[in-house]
Amino acid sequence: MSEAALKTPARKTRPKYLSLQALLFEIRLPLPGWVSILHRVSGALLFVALVWLLWMLDRSLSSEAAFERIKHYAGLLPVKLSLLVLVWAYCHHFCAGIRYLFLDLDKGVDKETARLTSWIVLGASLTLTALLGWKLW
Amino acid sequence: MVNRVITGARYGLRDWLAQRITAVIMAVYSVIIVSVLLTGKPITYGVWRDLFAQGWMRVATLLFAASLAWHAWVGMRDILMDYIKPDGLRLSLQVGTLLVIAAYLGWAIQILWR
Repeated sequence: MSEAALKTPARKTRPKYLSLQALLFEIRLPLPGWVSILHRVSGALLFVALVWLLWMLDRSLSSEAAFERIKHYAGLLPVKLSLLVLVWAYCHHFCAGIRYLFLDLDKGVDKETARLTSWIVLGASLTLTALLGWKLW
Repeated sequence: MVNRVITGARYGLRDWLAQRITAVIMAVYSVIIVSVLLTGKPITYGVWRDLFAQGWMRVATLLFAASLAWHAWVGMRDILMDYIKPDGLRLSLQVGTLLVIAAYLGWAIQILWR
């Protein structure tokens, strides 16, 4: 061992702050963390999108001609895809929300169960989205 | 002069509980509506209009809208409290959120009882 290495204390390379690089490549969010942040993102997204959904509900109930126009509008590809994202957001928020209600009751708080129910939430919301998407179009 | 930290109008058990109760109300409504829509006739304008003309549907949807308003307020306030640090900006965004929620609610009532 060299003299310099003996004098300076061993330094471990660990991130000193949350750099973008650390956030993107070095820190991995555990699965329940993904369910949690997606719960937040989906909730905020639904809140913002509500103005659009209310507008469509308003139009669709105003007259037969407007109903047909909204039906055609909802069939356009970008609209359809956006609606599908919102359907997923609703399903995810719904499934994750039920998981949180059980967590509030102290059910499924150990690591293995929490991880398992996280997979179930992610899977169930995607399955529900696919089912509803298939039924709607 | 008292130095207080502005964290919002109020916080605690009441909001926490309200968010969960409103969540259950909305979940029940969602399951009922999806079942009604998927098991009924194909949705034409007539079917759609008649569904929203029924008293129970209007009241249930109003209950859903009111639950959503309260639920979204607690949720949006949580998000703003977590990420927006400057007090003035946070307060402004919270007031803005409340105004948006009030407008959503008013619009929903207008749609239901046109």
